[in-house]
Amino acid sequence: MCRLFAITSQEPLSPMVALEALDVMREGHDGSGVGLFLRDLAGPFEDIKDAPILSGIFSEAGLRRLDSFMMDIGFMTKYKISIKVPKTPPPGVPKRDIYLVRAYEYPEEWDGLPQSELYNRLLQTRLTLRAMGEEQGDMIVFSFWPDVIMIKEIGDPLKVAHHLDLNRKELHARIIMAQGRQNTNYAINLYACHPFFIQGFSTMTNGENTAFVPIREYLMSRGVNGYSGYQSDSEVFTHILHFVALRMGLGVEAYKHVITPLQDRDLERHPNHDLLRRIKQSCRKLIIDGPNCVIGCLPDHSLFMVQDRKKLRPGVVGGRPGRYAFSSELCGLDAAIPEREKYTDLQPMHLDTVIVRADRQEVSICNQMEPLRLSR
Amino acid sequence: MQSNGTLAPFSLSIKDLPWQILWNKDKCTLCGRCTATCPVSAIELGVFRKRQVAPAVAPALGRLEAARNAYSLYYGIRQKTDPAYACVGCAMCSLVCPNDAIIPARSDEADKLRMHVDRGGQPRRRGGRRNVAGSLLDRIKFMRISMLTDPALDAGRHEFELRTLLGRVLPPEQSLRFMADNGWVPPVREIYPLIIGGMSFGALSPNMWEGLQMGVTYLNEELGMPVRISTGEGGCPPRLLRSRFIKYVILQIASGYFGWDEIIHAIPEMKEDPCAVEIKYGQGAKPGDGGLLMWHKVNKLIAAIRGVPAGISLPSPPTHQTKYSIEEAVAKMTQSMYMAWGFRVPVYPKISGTSTALAVLNNLTRNPYAAGLAIDGEDGGTGAAYNVSMNHMGHPIASNIRDCYLNLAKVGMQNEIPLLAGGGIGKAGNLAANAAALIMLGASGVQVGKYMMQAAAGCLGSESDRCNICNIGLCPKGITSQDPRLYRRLDVEQVAERVVDVFLGFDTELKKIVAPLGRSTSLPTGMSDALGIDDHAAAERLGIRYVV
Repeated sequence: MCRLFAITSQEPLSPMVALEALDVMREGHDGSGVGLFLRDLAGPFEDIKDAPILSGIFSEAGLRRLDSFMMDIGFMTKYKISIKVPKTPPPGVPKRDIYLVRAYEYPEEWDGLPQSELYNRLLQTRLTLRAMGEEQGDMIVFSFWPDVIMIKEIGDPLKVAHHLDLNRKELHARIIMAQGRQNTNYAINLYACHPFFIQGFSTMTNGENTAFVPIREYLMSRGVNGYSGYQSDSEVFTHILHFVALRMGLGVEAYKHVITPLQDRDLERHPNHDLLRRIKQSCRKLIIDGPNCVIGCLPDHSLFMVQDRKKLRPGVVGGRPGRYAFSSELCGLDAAIPEREKYTDLQPMHLDTVIVRADRQEVSICNQMEPLRLSR
Repeated sequence: MQSNGTLAPFSLSIKDLPWQILWNKDKCTLCGRCTATCPVSAIELGVFRKRQVAPAVAPALGRLEAARNAYSLYYGIRQKTDPAYACVGCAMCSLVCPNDAIIPARSDEADKLRMHVDRGGQPRRRGGRRNVAGSLLDRIKFMRISMLTDPALDAGRHEFELRTLLGRVLPPEQSLRFMADNGWVPPVREIYPLIIGGMSFGALSPNMWEGLQMGVTYLNEELGMPVRISTGEGGCPPRLLRSRFIKYVILQIASGYFGWDEIIHAIPEMKEDPCAVEIKYGQGAKPGDGGLLMWHKVNKLIAAIRGVPAGISLPSPPTHQTKYSIEEAVAKMTQSMYMAWGFRVPVYPKISGTSTALAVLNNLTRNPYAAGLAIDGEDGGTGAAYNVSMNHMGHPIASNIRDCYLNLAKVGMQNEIPLLAGGGIGKAGNLAANAAALIMLGASGVQVGKYMMQAAAGCLGSESDRCNICNIGLCPKGITSQDPRLYRRLDVEQVAERVVDVFLGFDTELKKIVAPLGRSTSLPTGMSDALGIDDHAAAERLGIRYVV
């Protein structure tokens, strides 16, 4: 089972905080890979919050193709982080040419586009780059979005971190999500590594998604650009979140009602039973059935955690005003925020959605049995 | 016949018949129960003359007695060889025999009777099912077992919610928008995924029908299982129409419209809405043929409920006579049925399995009133049909359902139009496994008929052409007879009890299938990654895994 760690902090933090927390939990993952999601960036990206940042891994040839592709569209490089890696990677980490984190200026022709159109174009650009990379095996693209950096690599999380020298000022961020991978496949495809990302929504999960195939079929038939890939059965959690927010116009409080709806006898007593029954029926294909703990981040900088209907996966939330963390295990939380009042730690149960909003002042719990207060 | 006598083409010996009666003279008490109970009078009292040769006797004194013939008589059972009275293998004779002296045995070769059943130019008609044993569904295995990476669930102790939806489900965006705008949302019923399929009042005896209804009511009201039953084409008894129990009933309308006069007149007095209306366009056992209730079974009661004269055969036309296209069918019939109950009752068509099912489905996807599509495969049963229709016409259900589901998935409507699968589910007794296989291939629920008759009432029919005389009203178990002397054999309460047994047993088995797959909170419709089969071509055709 993979190990998850996410932290949200008023003070920007080094990604190492999360990677060290993962390392404390290393008995729970096999060091076969790591994924990192950074948002609400500090450092040089603080002043260019609106500039879309491309994150990925490129070969020299891939980088040349990227440059010519982006220039053709009209993207200009605004800022980049150069991650120069030692010639010999540590054991288990593949040799790569370039880990790219590059902020762009929008093409001039895109000026004045409505935001939704702008965001669709960003998504399309990422998908096109991914397809180009898959054709020739020279680029892997994780995200292309303002104020978001993603890094994924095969290998032990801490070794990868040292190899890439992730403890650098440019990568400090206020929201960090990280996953230490427990590999269930022989060949590791980086597109199967968590966290997953689409248009500002990101989630990571542990556990198996037993209803994966019908959910994948349903998402793929929504006609939404970007509901594709699915190298991992957990990618659907991100896309369901995106679907609930953008297509259904509902807040994160409704997410759990979609993936793990209340049973009928509870629905009948619920004050929002009309709405919830409708959601349960019309989103029947999005009901998950696996043992899963989902940690996610929303475009409004909220972090949340939900558990499966039977609460078969571990997960704990704790911290203090200004800094909260979500962790698979308590020891991860202890490593990251040792100074907190531990009695306030919370292990979300089968009905809970736990949210820490962008102000980072408190942990709010939204119980499915309570009236639904939608934040959107 | 005499050895020098003449033969007719249809002069058959017992050996030529499909069933031979084995009778044991030593055990027989000559009580006569077997001949009295035989539904087709295949056996009768036989008076047998027996010759014995008495050898010559040489007494010590007196005259020598020459060898002579000694004649004696004995009584027993004689099997008739006239094709009209051929044994149907029901074995009621064995059931009633106090000494186990009699039993029918299946012939060891193909019978010759089949070439002679059409005397008078009338091909064979019968009830029952396709006489082909075995089922592809039985070969499908469930293989995605949760092991270590995710725990298998506990079928006995975890919570399960294995319900399905019947009715047009709107896509999420539309559903929420209509809620905000106070718009009309199609009615949707949450029901148990095992539905008792259409068997009419008329095809079934009153006792059988009542037993099924009582069982369904018990399941709903005492056990909280939302089980539904279709009426079949034969109307519905007036008291049921006006009772609260009508909400457990799917009213079927078919091309003969039998019983609908009574139903329409009852609408203003109905206390509850029916669960749904099923428009039957076809039946898996006899595709392209209408319903057929033969005159034997049309007594006064049946005639009254159906609104027809008694004692005449009731063949429904193969198609609804006023409609010559699906657009018409949907526009005229579906919508008017919706209108009849104020748009509160889902209406869906039932068709027989066919290679044109996709065309029907595609039309339905474009009509917001289509509440589902029921497809009845070639292994479905019937109370009466031509033998040729039953044995040779139709489409297997598995590939039909799979194609339809994949087509819905392609257009993104896999959650919107429920597919109900029927025909041969539980054919070899594996009800839950067959149902689960079809659900994972894409069905939202399954309809069963024959299995209920066998399990809840002891129907004797089988794929080796046993009994299968439902059509002539002589059902020896009283299941499909309208003769009170026969149907009083069937105890209504016991039928109801067996219905409940079947559903409870099914429920446990279904959980025992889905729990190891890691599923419990929703019916795993379309979970095809769980399925495998040991036939490469079938695996490819169904889009499931080939496993050996």
